[in-house]
Amino acid sequence: MMTDIIQKVKNLSIGFRSKKGDEILILKNISTNIKKGETVGIVGESGSGKSTLALAMMGYVKHGLYTIGGECQFNSSNLLKMKSKDLEKIRGRKIAMIPQNAGQALTPNLKIGYQIDEALQLHSDLDEIEREKKISELLNKVRLPSPETIALRYPHELSGGQQQRVAVAMALAGTPDLLLLDEPTTGLDVTTQAHVLELLNFIAKDTGTSMVYVSHDLGAIAQVSDRIIVMYSGEIVLEGPSRDILKKPIHPYTHGLLKSIPKLSLAGLPESMPGSQPQPGTIQGGCSFFDRCNFSDDNCKNNSPKLEFLKDLNTSVRCFNYEQLVNENEVSQTVNKIKNKSLDKEILNLSEVSISYAKQKLLDQIFNRISDENPTVKDINIDIKKGETIALVGESGSGKSTILKSIAGLLRTKDGLIKFDESRNLSSDLKERDPNDLRIIQLIFQNPDESLNPNHTVEEIIAQPLKLYFGLKGEKLKKNIIDLLQKVRLGEFYMSRYPRQLSGGEKQRVAVARAFAAKPDIILCDEVTSALDVSVQAAVLNLLQQLKEDFGTTYIFVSHDLAVVRAISDRVAVLYQGRLCEVGPSNDVYKFPSHPYTEVLLGAVLEPDPDIKPKLVAEDIVEERPPEKGCSFQGRCSRIVGDICKKEIPPWQLTDSGNAIRCHIPIKELQKQQF
Amino acid sequence: MKVDNIYKEEKKSAFAKLSEIIITMASRPSGLIGLSILVFHIILAFISPYIAPHDFKAIDPTLMLQAPSAEYWFGTDDLGRDVFTRTILGGRTALTITFFGSLIALLWGGLLGIFCGLVGGKIDDVVMRIVDAFLSIPWILAMLLIVSLLGTSTEVLIPALGFFYGKGIVRVARAATHDVIAKDFIVSARARGHSNFSIIWNEIIPNVRDAILVEGAMRWSWMLLGFSSLSFLGFGVSPPTPDWGLMISNARGLMSFAYWAVIAPIVGLSSLIIGINLTADAFAKALGIDRSTKAPV
Ligand SMILES: Nc1ncnc2c1ncn2[C@@H]1O[C@H](COP(=O)(O)OP(=O)(O)OP(=O)(O)O)[C@@H](O)[C@H]1O
Ligand code: SF4
Ligand code: SF4
Ligand SMILES: [Mg+2]
Repeated sequence: MMTDIIQKVKNLSIGFRSKKGDEILILKNISTNIKKGETVGIVGESGSGKSTLALAMMGYVKHGLYTIGGECQFNSSNLLKMKSKDLEKIRGRKIAMIPQNAGQALTPNLKIGYQIDEALQLHSDLDEIEREKKISELLNKVRLPSPETIALRYPHELSGGQQQRVAVAMALAGTPDLLLLDEPTTGLDVTTQAHVLELLNFIAKDTGTSMVYVSHDLGAIAQVSDRIIVMYSGEIVLEGPSRDILKKPIHPYTHGLLKSIPKLSLAGLPESMPGSQPQPGTIQGGCSFFDRCNFSDDNCKNNSPKLEFLKDLNTSVRCFNYEQLVNENEVSQTVNKIKNKSLDKEILNLSEVSISYAKQKLLDQIFNRISDENPTVKDINIDIKKGETIALVGESGSGKSTILKSIAGLLRTKDGLIKFDESRNLSSDLKERDPNDLRIIQLIFQNPDESLNPNHTVEEIIAQPLKLYFGLKGEKLKKNIIDLLQKVRLGEFYMSRYPRQLSGGEKQRVAVARAFAAKPDIILCDEVTSALDVSVQAAVLNLLQQLKEDFGTTYIFVSHDLAVVRAISDRVAVLYQGRLCEVGPSNDVYKFPSHPYTEVLLGAVLEPDPDIKPKLVAEDIVEERPPEKGCSFQGRCSRIVGDICKKEIPPWQLTDSGNAIRCHIPIKELQKQQF
Repeated sequence: MKVDNIYKEEKKSAFAKLSEIIITMASRPSGLIGLSILVFHIILAFISPYIAPHDFKAIDPTLMLQAPSAEYWFGTDDLGRDVFTRTILGGRTALTITFFGSLIALLWGGLLGIFCGLVGGKIDDVVMRIVDAFLSIPWILAMLLIVSLLGTSTEVLIPALGFFYGKGIVRVARAATHDVIAKDFIVSARARGHSNFSIIWNEIIPNVRDAILVEGAMRWSWMLLGFSSLSFLGFGVSPPTPDWGLMISNARGLMSFAYWAVIAPIVGLSSLIIGINLTADAFAKALGIDRSTKAPV
């Protein structure tokens, strides 16, 4: 049995020394084994220590951290005590790593083939002729089309997914026994992500390489792992066979997490988990999950549970009360169905809106017009009702943010009309709008780290719109701020804090409070949950829904995550290359027949369920710009019907349920093809 | 709820912030040394007129080039003046002129940099090109031209030095502004409809201030070196006012037999430059800024 183990982590603790001189643990007494040919998923939120663990597995401890105790054994030698000369012989050859954004980290001015050759020279003993053969072999293995031409390209001539494949090829150059992957698909588009995961699965089977797959995304982990390790606050809280962990998690954290992740199959908002993961060094005895746990008792408060191995379940769990969960059936998710309270009154009309980023020639500047035959966004017609949540979905570059920017006045429209309340014209940009037009539309951004000024306190941040729009001062201002903080479930004492002293979820709540401070009619939400940890995502979604119901606000909700969209929106508009493909009530968009592009998106969704595999319908190529003529999706459509798609803009067709699809294939025919 | 010590930090007064920064600076050996040297020089500049043992301009041919003694600690120079007296007084002018020069450099460099970063595009290109063109003239030649036309008075030296040393600050301020301008909190403020002034004052300046201050501190030591070079060439402080650059220049020829007359001002000048440098470095570290500009010495 022993020989089966390729990496043995034993009682590993890693930490740093705080300014005050206290030792703060990032990893607490971690022990686990990685077996030959096995894929292990390490899942946890940011700050749980998962990357630190993966790095330690190749004998690397980040600057500023140090090993407090324990070892990482590879071929029975401790990597953490090894001389760097010996480590060099192992890294890249025996153990390879694909860091996050590896594709983007390729050297921009060197050809792909050359870069792989470099890796081969470094990590193998092949001679020149053998290397050349190996390069095309590797490119073939990662399924890049026509390896010979790819090898001659520069990284920027490849799409994000292709770059990531090259990174995988380079990692495989030394034929490693162990491949460590740190968030290898994070930041890629949904469709690309599904393709890369499928490739990794194939490679694991084909080469028998052991893999350690680190991610915050249970959906991705579910697709690749044989075994899953769940980390929380620097500890392993649950470890066991993938299927069991996803279907019947016996640790309260994993249990709650799986309940709080929105699923495609369920409309409505899942229950949220309270609180957020504690910062390292702030746990004072007791279970680290105690604050957020639904199963806790007094024992948990004062004693820390040990990781216990349960032989009959082949699972290790760190919880006193896991038995309560052992007897429970599969995770049953309950959702709060959102109430569609939208009125019949239209609040925002976009008609024939086109937006262009093209640089304007002098003549156009003089006549104050925009000429661009093929603008980034074109022909957008949407009527938004008061009180509804409409979602814009599509891959990166599909123009979602661009449309929001135009509605907010940050970007001029090229053509078309944006009308508020059926009368006020909002087609102009910021400078021409009056303050009230600006007040009624507020924005919430993706990343609260970027959208909150790091040098302002929470009080100053929320005060800004209150002062600007309502001229509030003194006690009245303060009272309003406290009110708003309460609405987003933050206490008064948050007022004097800076953004860096808040957790991700708290920061986003402050951003929400700031938006609501303006008493807006419409709030534009740009990927508001995608920078948040999984466990706080649901809480923010629930908060947004609650506030909307209280104030009757209309949301335009941009997201690439179809499950999140399903949970919160009443209506969905699908965009490809700045053109609408499908618009309809949320429920119907998620049912077939769908526009072929919607079909691709739905197929690529990664669910934290081993039984639901992504369906890869189209190639994961990325198009630079929309086609000049015909259907916007023609370049990737697998159902393309021929010339007509390339020449003529497809017509809008209505399904029985009032869902509009823009495709040349008749609805009935689509329905047949998709079933 | 558990106590969360990382989150317990509260908003502090400017004074509390400053003292915290100074404590952080002093907690590193290099920062402590730098700060001590700088503070020593500043105190010396204030009190030296009162503690100087001799008259700095008293010429006495009978005392020419005396070696250090109990009476004349650092010896005397070629005119029989006390080198110790002249050394402790020799930093006053340089320190004052460069301090105010740096303030001017900070002001115009910072404001222009922020402006360029903010407006971007064509205006930014043109302004930066003009700044570059002006400053591609070797500064020492330009300074010589200026002082020969307008004289070496303080009123001329401070703005002239301030102008020439502001270029680096323009670049830093512009780059810092560029970084900030792309952030969503600026977009957010614009979308709300805040005025440009409010955006600069509330959103940009607090975020670029640190980088600009650190650069200003660095420029200070460069400027000190530059000013001393001017004095060395005879275009800085006019005799008989004691000044290190001038003293080095005068005593340089006598180096082989009266080394004391030259060593004391060299130590004075270089220690001050090193002191400012180390302080600026520690300041940058305390603020968490990664400085890439190299030290002048
Ligand atoms: N400032 C700009 N100048 C030129 N082109 C731009 C600019 N901003 C965006 N684009 C282009 O416009 C298209 C749409 O971009 P947009 O940001 O609206 O996409 P998105 O759907 O929000 O994508 P993501 O999911 O990545 O946020 C893309 O092709 C993008 O490259
Ligand atoms: S030990 Fe107690 S607090 Fe911790 S997870 Fe288990 S039940 Fe919850
Ligand atoms: S119109 Fe043609 S190319 Fe476009 S989605 Fe329909 S079948 Fe595909
Ligand atoms: Mg976007």
